[in-house]
Amino acid sequence: MEQYYLLGNEAIAHACLESPVDFVSGYPGTPSSEVIDVLRSHSDRAYYIEWSVNEKVALENALAAAWCGLRALCTMKHVGLNVASDALMTSAYTGVTGGLVIMSADDPFAHSSQNEQDSRCYAHFARVPCLDPSTIQEAHNMIRDAFALSEEFGLPVIFRPTTRICHSKGDVEMGDIVQSTRRGEFKKDPRQYVVIPAHTRILHKKLNEKQPAVKKRLVELGYNTCTLKGKKAVIASGIAASYVQELLPDTISFMKIGAYPIDEAWLSGFVQKHDMVLVIEELAPEVEEQVLQVAGTANVLGKKNGYVPYEGELSPQSVAVILTKAGVLSANPYPAVSPVQNLPPRPPILCAGCLHRAAFYAIKRVFKDAIYPSDIGCYTLGLQLGVVDTTICMGASITVASGIAHAGETRDIICTVGDSTFLHTGIQGLMNAVYNGADITVVILDNRITAMTGHQPNPNTGVTACGIVSPPVSLDAICRACGVAFVETVDPYDITGMMNVLRDAQSRKGVKVIIAKQQCVISARRAGVKRGKYRVDAEVCTGCGICVQFGCPAIEMEDEKARINELCSGCGVCAQLCPSGAMMREGKR
Amino acid sequence: MMKSFDILIVGIGGQGTILASNILGVACLRENRHVKGAETHGMAQRGGSVESHIRIGGEFGPLIAPGQADLLISFDLLEALRYSHYLRQGGTMVVNRHLVLPTSVYTQKMEAPTDEGIVAALSQYRLCLLDADRIAQEAGSPLSQNVVMLGAASHAMPLKPASLVDAVRQLVPPKTVPINVRAFEMGREAGGACSS
Repeated sequence: MEQYYLLGNEAIAHACLESPVDFVSGYPGTPSSEVIDVLRSHSDRAYYIEWSVNEKVALENALAAAWCGLRALCTMKHVGLNVASDALMTSAYTGVTGGLVIMSADDPFAHSSQNEQDSRCYAHFARVPCLDPSTIQEAHNMIRDAFALSEEFGLPVIFRPTTRICHSKGDVEMGDIVQSTRRGEFKKDPRQYVVIPAHTRILHKKLNEKQPAVKKRLVELGYNTCTLKGKKAVIASGIAASYVQELLPDTISFMKIGAYPIDEAWLSGFVQKHDMVLVIEELAPEVEEQVLQVAGTANVLGKKNGYVPYEGELSPQSVAVILTKAGVLSANPYPAVSPVQNLPPRPPILCAGCLHRAAFYAIKRVFKDAIYPSDIGCYTLGLQLGVVDTTICMGASITVASGIAHAGETRDIICTVGDSTFLHTGIQGLMNAVYNGADITVVILDNRITAMTGHQPNPNTGVTACGIVSPPVSLDAICRACGVAFVETVDPYDITGMMNVLRDAQSRKGVKVIIAKQQCVISARRAGVKRGKYRVDAEVCTGCGICVQFGCPAIEMEDEKARINELCSGCGVCAQLCPSGAMMREGKR
Repeated sequence: MMKSFDILIVGIGGQGTILASNILGVACLRENRHVKGAETHGMAQRGGSVESHIRIGGEFGPLIAPGQADLLISFDLLEALRYSHYLRQGGTMVVNRHLVLPTSVYTQKMEAPTDEGIVAALSQYRLCLLDADRIAQEAGSPLSQNVVMLGAASHAMPLKPASLVDAVRQLVPPKTVPINVRAFEMGREAGGACSS
């Protein structure tokens, strides 16, 4: 056992190496991405690992590996589980012969997400076990138990850490790395793997019959624990349990829930020994609803009577407020303080030299008051530039565009989608738009990488997760194969060139695709691309401010003149915008 | 149970707050102390305001409640003010006297705060102001600014300077060890001057 200071996701990845895992797949998504990023860069690797094109593809691959007797891990963020849910629901019926752990990382407060859905509800829905860690150490230990649990009951196991586990750090005790030696073998058994009605009805019954033994085993594993003190109790789950434990007085009973489904008899035994039970959990009232079912005469406080919020993430201060309101604490140890008001915000922005800013600028100049459906990626930040009117989920740019077009909207409709998102779930929407005759323009913002989540490769990049060269797909050929006649590739740094192509697309009917292709500035920097920096000739600059309106963080105003700071990556777009010609490459006059 | 010593490091995505918090975490391991931390990852990092929480001796959650931080280390003047409510009464603030104006000032035409205005607003705290950019430059690389800040703040931490220097050696790229060790020592000297 050795002690390390690790990110939650690093500890989770290490636990996979200890288990050991034999097969890994997933699609990047904050806060889950680092698990595969760690596993794919591990030098002495005997397991198979891939970044898949989407979560459904990832889960079906992992499921097949687990059918072959392997220990398989499949990672995604919570909303990825929606994409994979078709496979999930029936994989509970077929079960697995090896171990299948599905890591679905939740994001209470939607730090980097489009919603705050709770993966515990999916586990409940699919009737598979769910492990919900309250600390990094527990996350680490749970992974090893999750594989064993999956094998013992022949069920996929959902592992559900939240952002505050994945992206927090701590001292962690870890075990030794074990080399994977298993080799998968598929044993034919149509009654298990072919879910025709006659088979699936029996499989459903078997799934239900597994439940009581699963509940017992989860209590034995020690992730659901309790301590009896007085007549008042607090029940908490996940990271909220850590916040509660720091503040809880010694006279109050405490139950921690880290594993689902919860054994009702065990829960009932605890709850009924108390007059008052306060349930503190993030997001859905998963625990609270079960507590209410067994409460008897105990007064249950929680979300349903306004003590605990349904939305957002809990924090030490919000838990202190809840404990005080419920009378568990006599005074709030963290008196409210207020931040300084009216400071200029510093939200995340597109990098200096980002291709997306240039592409959005050209789009806005040509399409003006058009409708701008968009998608999920760094380019969602185009909202600040007024060129993102909708985002809902991965791939929903082209579909929303065609839907608005068919709804009768008469303005131009031009949507934006990144290369990785297009390959994830965009292609079907494109095919559908062409097939059904929509009039839309689609701009694929092609930076050849899945940038927002940390630069993971995708089929457009030219390398696999392990760095093995793999022929990049042709976005142009995919679009043409979907039936698009107008497909043009442009360099978004060439503003005039891109605007000309956009005008051409605007004048045509049907589905038009423009591929705006340029390397992500972060990958370019890492690859050693040097374009030289730009500077402002202060004598020529009139201080009109057109350049700072562009929103590039490399351009500032100083003494009513523009100035280019050290963030400049040399894209040269500002020089094309400046009406006075005051911007030029350094070293030029 | 000992109360944890809670440090909040704030700055702008890309300034090296995560490396700084890793140095503190590894220094804690060297002294056999528990440590918990939390930080900003993902899209929120892209040039946005970022925070790292580090709880030395922490055994529970990784987050520090507002009004409870013992030490606030800020890599930017404006961010120091933005997070100043996290500091407990009597806590210490170590701040780089350098201001990067957010682009919102230009794109949303908001009033730009001034260096003098921010320094005046921060003067109600026990404040150590230093020019980390200049010191990092002198140490050999502007990128060592985060280590300069840790050096300056090391006077206010319950960790031995030797543990911090060891952690710096372990975590920075091997070629930059001499620069970063010098950055730490120069930062520590600058921090000593303003605490007296």
